[in-house]
Amino acid sequence: MPERTATIASRSGLHARPAALFAEAAGEQPVEVTIAMQGAPADDALDAASILSLMTLGAAKGDVVVLRAEGDGADAALDALVKLLETDLDAE
Amino acid sequence: MGLPVPSPAGLNQQAGTEDSVQNFQGVGVSPGRIIGSVRQMPKPVSEPPSGERLAAGLSPEDAVAGLKAAAQSVHDELKGRADTASGDGKAVLEATALMAKDTMLLKSAAKLINAGSSPERAIWEAGASVSEMLHNLGGYMAERATDVLDVRARIVAELRGVPAPGIPSSETPFILVAEDLAPADTATLNPAVVLALVTSGGGPQSHTAIIARSLGLPAVVAAHGVDSIADGSEVYVDGAAGSVTLDPGEEQRAAATAWAETSATLAEFDGNGTTADGHLVPLLANVGGAKDAVAAAGLGAQGVGLFRTEFCFLERDTEPSVDEQAAAYKAVFDAFPGKKVVLRTLDAGADKPLPFLTDATEPNPALGVRGYRTDFTTPGVLERQLEAIARAASESEADVWVMAPMISTAAEAGRFASLCAAAGIKTPGVMVEVPSAALTSATVLREVGFASLGTNDLTQYAMAADRQLGPLAELNTPWQPAVLRLVQLTVEGSAQEGNNKPVGVCGEAAADPALAVVLTGLGVTTLSMTARSLAAVGTVLKTVTLEQAQELARLALSAPSATEARDWVRAKLPVLEELGL
Repeated sequence: MPERTATIASRSGLHARPAALFAEAAGEQPVEVTIAMQGAPADDALDAASILSLMTLGAAKGDVVVLRAEGDGADAALDALVKLLETDLDAE
Repeated sequence: MGLPVPSPAGLNQQAGTEDSVQNFQGVGVSPGRIIGSVRQMPKPVSEPPSGERLAAGLSPEDAVAGLKAAAQSVHDELKGRADTASGDGKAVLEATALMAKDTMLLKSAAKLINAGSSPERAIWEAGASVSEMLHNLGGYMAERATDVLDVRARIVAELRGVPAPGIPSSETPFILVAEDLAPADTATLNPAVVLALVTSGGGPQSHTAIIARSLGLPAVVAAHGVDSIADGSEVYVDGAAGSVTLDPGEEQRAAATAWAETSATLAEFDGNGTTADGHLVPLLANVGGAKDAVAAAGLGAQGVGLFRTEFCFLERDTEPSVDEQAAAYKAVFDAFPGKKVVLRTLDAGADKPLPFLTDATEPNPALGVRGYRTDFTTPGVLERQLEAIARAASESEADVWVMAPMISTAAEAGRFASLCAAAGIKTPGVMVEVPSAALTSATVLREVGFASLGTNDLTQYAMAADRQLGPLAELNTPWQPAVLRLVQLTVEGSAQEGNNKPVGVCGEAAADPALAVVLTGLGVTTLSMTARSLAAVGTVLKTVTLEQAQELARLALSAPSATEARDWVRAKLPVLEELGL
């Protein structure tokens, strides 16, 4: 299964506005994308399009997360989402 | 003093004959006379009974589809509101909209529906467990827990086909009638469509009252029976007299028209707080940040009497840096070059918890570690704040005074003064909110340069009455002679101390023009209030001499009750009735 790692760049971590922007973007992808903290078992991965899941994940600035997806367009979807996580969304 | 009710039937609380006038009496908390049509705030959504099953004949698949459709329409409604909102309100609404169709929430509700639960009960339970999870994470997440509960209530309302909770959205202006408003309702209250606020609960110091005064909306609180007024009914609201009249007649129409004219002249303050005989009482503004400060300067405020610094800290789970704080403070100072800005150091605790400073599990938070006391348990935060203030002050032209909230003893005042001196702050002071500080003001003031009376908390502590509780509204007014006596004692203590150090007032009391006259008569040197009240207070103050104000203060102190103190003073100030204040 295609996967990518990304380092959270937003100052407030994956909370608040960054979480909302990321969940919305994940929901717009043609494939289902999951998110987990680096090192956590793949079975514990959460739905990346769920803002509540993102909030319970509690990823802070500098934390590394793993994104996974399968199917047509998975690679492009993952690339787009990694780019979003590595942008400081609080600054926009 | 209310307007005469134009009916021989007089005060009639029952819906009687067609000609009868229905009048509801409450407590006026923000002046204004207005006629408009009523919209009731929907009742809170009730909990679907535990164990409520799926209706016979409804398949789990259809129930899940129905839930998803309801969730989608709640999402669309919130998203629509987010699109027209701005700033922080917009971000919160956007996040809340996403929660409505969140897969984690809907999947766990679907699981319950498949196990035979009704969709209403299923989303109720799913929301509860997600909310608890967020609550347990603490900090920012814990604050979002209530958003999940709000979304859950909206989805249940949608499933039931009843109006969504919260302030009704409407394009035509209306008078909002509610049990009480919460601070969160402010974000969705659009002053362009809400003409006035009327509540059956709440008291003069409730959030409804504070919101109304800051928006300049006429408001009546604790008006028993207004819950029964039908949506669309026309009512007359008198926010000074505290009355609400159903089916207004000619007299009320004339009064509302007259108010529309006088309120225009009451909108501007000439920037000169004085009595008729030239005794100067600078009128200052209470502000919470740079935006307020700029607005207050525009409304003629002679300075800032209370700069609440919490805004810099709220919604934070860690302490802001000294640089960040200094920049935020300087932005407020810059709105008042050459003028006085009184800054209050961080006042966390009680109704303003902060995750890194206060303990949410205290059994009695109003009497707990709050205000200056957070320095006992989390030393360092105050010193860093003072450092930021000193830096901002040195880079601005404002005359910066700094006071600590919740000071109880002279020893605390002395310690605060030495922390200020160490940071390079010239004018340290204290808030007088705890009765002990009022009673010992001579020794407290020996340690610092000034005092400022926080009448909201002083009243709550003097009367031992929680300021948010409707049933205690009668106790919770600064017109209580005991509270006025504490104000007088604080001023007397200052005289006794020997240097006539300034004693100001920065509570809601200063915004009541009649009370402002009494406070002036008691010897208070400055009055600080929400900027919208400056013009009304300034206008009334100019109609009395210092000697008359002193006479009215003696009258109020001699009253056996708060009601009589207020009535006696108002009867001697006919200008209030003339202006509808």
